[in-house]
Amino acid sequence: MHPSAPPLIRFDNLTLGYERHPAVHHLSGEIRAGALVAVIGPNGAGKSTLLKGVAGELRPIGGHIDLGTLTRSAVAYMPQRSEIDPSFPVSVFEVVAMGLWRELGAFGGLNRKQRERVRAALTAVGMAGFESRPIGSLSGGQLQRARFARLMLQNAPLILLDEPFAAIDSRTVEDLIRVMLGWHAEGRTILTVVHDFDQVRRHFPTCLLLAREPVAFGPTAQVLTDTLLARARRLSEAFDEDAPECHREDADAERSGPAGNHGGGQVVQLRGHRHGHPHDHPHAPPHDHSGHRH
Amino acid sequence: MLDLLVTPFTDFAFMRRALAGCLALALGATPVGVFLLLRRMSLMGDAMSHAILPGAALGYLAFGLSLGAMTVGGIVAGLVVVLAAGVVTRASILKEDASLAAFYLLSLAAGVMIVSLRGRNLDLLHVLFGSVLALDDGSLLLIGGITTLTLFGLALLFRPLVLECFDPAFLRGVSRWSPVAHYGFLALVVFNLVSGFHALGTLMAVGIMILPSAAARLWAHELWSLLALAVAFALTSSVAGLLLSFHADVPAGPAIVLMCGLVYFASLLAAPGGLLAGRLPVRHHLES
Repeated sequence: MHPSAPPLIRFDNLTLGYERHPAVHHLSGEIRAGALVAVIGPNGAGKSTLLKGVAGELRPIGGHIDLGTLTRSAVAYMPQRSEIDPSFPVSVFEVVAMGLWRELGAFGGLNRKQRERVRAALTAVGMAGFESRPIGSLSGGQLQRARFARLMLQNAPLILLDEPFAAIDSRTVEDLIRVMLGWHAEGRTILTVVHDFDQVRRHFPTCLLLAREPVAFGPTAQVLTDTLLARARRLSEAFDEDAPECHREDADAERSGPAGNHGGGQVVQLRGHRHGHPHDHPHAPPHDHSGHRH
Repeated sequence: MLDLLVTPFTDFAFMRRALAGCLALALGATPVGVFLLLRRMSLMGDAMSHAILPGAALGYLAFGLSLGAMTVGGIVAGLVVVLAAGVVTRASILKEDASLAAFYLLSLAAGVMIVSLRGRNLDLLHVLFGSVLALDDGSLLLIGGITTLTLFGLALLFRPLVLECFDPAFLRGVSRWSPVAHYGFLALVVFNLVSGFHALGTLMAVGIMILPSAAARLWAHELWSLLALAVAFALTSSVAGLLLSFHADVPAGPAIVLMCGLVYFASLLAAPGGLLAGRLPVRHHLES
C-alpha cells in the first residue's frame, strides 16, 4: 500500500439504494490510490450495491462519489453473477479479446501484438490452450479465469471485483488471488467483495466493514475483530424495511472531517451521524450512545 | 431433371423475379434472423411482424395497393411499436416480452379492422401471405435496397451486437454502444419484416428469418459458419419452394416456408445438436 498516495475515490455522505430504500447508508471516506480493499459484511449489507455505485451502474440517491480524474472507462467492474450467455457461439479467445475494447472500439481489428497480449493474459490465468474452445464448454472455475483474463486486458487503474472467489475450487481461488495480488503490485486500486475472512486476513491489507451503514474502515487486523463483526451483524439484522424518511443530510453536512482521515493506520469506526441533535427517525438498537469511540 | 429444375426460371420472367427477391431476402433477412435467434427473440420477431400490419393497412386504405404507401406505413408502425414497447419496458415493471405482446396484439387487431374497412378478402390475403410470384420492379428494388441497408447495418453493428447478445453488462461497462446496438438491430428487424412482407406476407416473413437460423444453429459452432449456413439454407429452401409452387401449383410463400421447415426437421434429426445425437451409441471419447 501507499499510505501517502492521494485519495482515488472519495465517498461524500453517499447513500445508494433501490426505490428509496437505502442499501448503503451515509458512507463517507476515502480510498487511496493503490489500495487493496476487502469489502466485507453480512449478506444484504450493501457490498455489491457499493461496487455498482462506484462502477456508475447505480445513481446515488444521496451524497456523491468523487472519482477525481478517473473516467468511467478507467473502471473495470466484474459483477458477481456473470451475464455471459454460455450458449452463444463464441470462443474463449474472442471473449477475452473483448477486454481490449477500449483500444479496439467497435470496429478495430486485432494486430499481432494484441493477439499476443490476449494469449499472454490467458496464460497468466492458467488457460493457455483453451483459445478456440467455445465459451459454453468451460467449467465455472474456467469461466472465472477467462473473466479475469478479460479484466486484465482492460488495463484499468481501478478494479472492482464482486465476490470473485465464490463457488470455485481452492486451486482456482489461489491462482486468481495471485493474479489479483499482481494487479495490486502494479499499483492498481482494487475493491473486492469477499466472504472468507481467512482470505481477507491473509491477502488484504485494508478492510471496509459494511452493514448498510459503514461500520469500520482501516487495517484489516483492527477491523476484523469480534466486537466489530458482531456489531455489523446486529446493525444488519435490525434494519427496518418500513423506515420513515431519513433526514440525516443536514446533520451530516455539519461534519465532513472525521471520516476522511484514515489512511494512516488507526481504525476509524464510522458512524452514520453524531447524536446530540434532535431528530425523529428510529435507531437500530446497537446505535446506543455507549458505542461512541471517536 | 434439368428441365424440372432450371427451365421454370429460364422460361418465365416472373420466376426469375421471384428468385431474385428470395435471394435478396435470404442475404438480408436471414442474418437478422440469426441474431434474433441468438438474442432469444425468435417469438418477438413474430410479434413484430404482426405489428407492422396496421401501418401497411393504413397505407392500403389511403392509397390502395401502393407499394410506397404500404412500405412506409409498415415501417412507421413497426418502429412505433418497438419504441413504445422499449419505453414501457424501461419505465414500468413490465418485461420486454409483456410490453411487446400488448402492443403487437393491439396493433394486429387494429390492422385487421382497418383492412376489413375497405378491402375484399383477396386483398387481405395479399397482405397476409404476400405475392412472391408477382413482384414488380418497385418491389424488387425495395427488397434489394433493404438487403443492402441491412448488410451495411449489420457490418457496422456487428461487434457491439454480438457483445449485446452474450454479455450486455460488459458492453454497458466499456462503452455506450448498448442502446445503439439494441435499437439499431430492432430497426433492422422492422425493415426486413417489411421487405419480407412484400414477398411472403406478414405472417410468413418471419419464417425465412427464423427457420434457416434454427436449422443452422443445430450444426454450427461458430458465428461465421452459423451465418453462412443459415443463408445457404434460406437460399436452397427458396429455390425448392419456388419450384414446388411452380410444379404443384401451390402458393409460393407457404411453399418456401414449408421448405425451410423441411430443412429444419432434417437438421433436427441429423445434426449433432439435434434430437438423435443424444440417443445414438456413444463414440469413444478422446484421450484428452
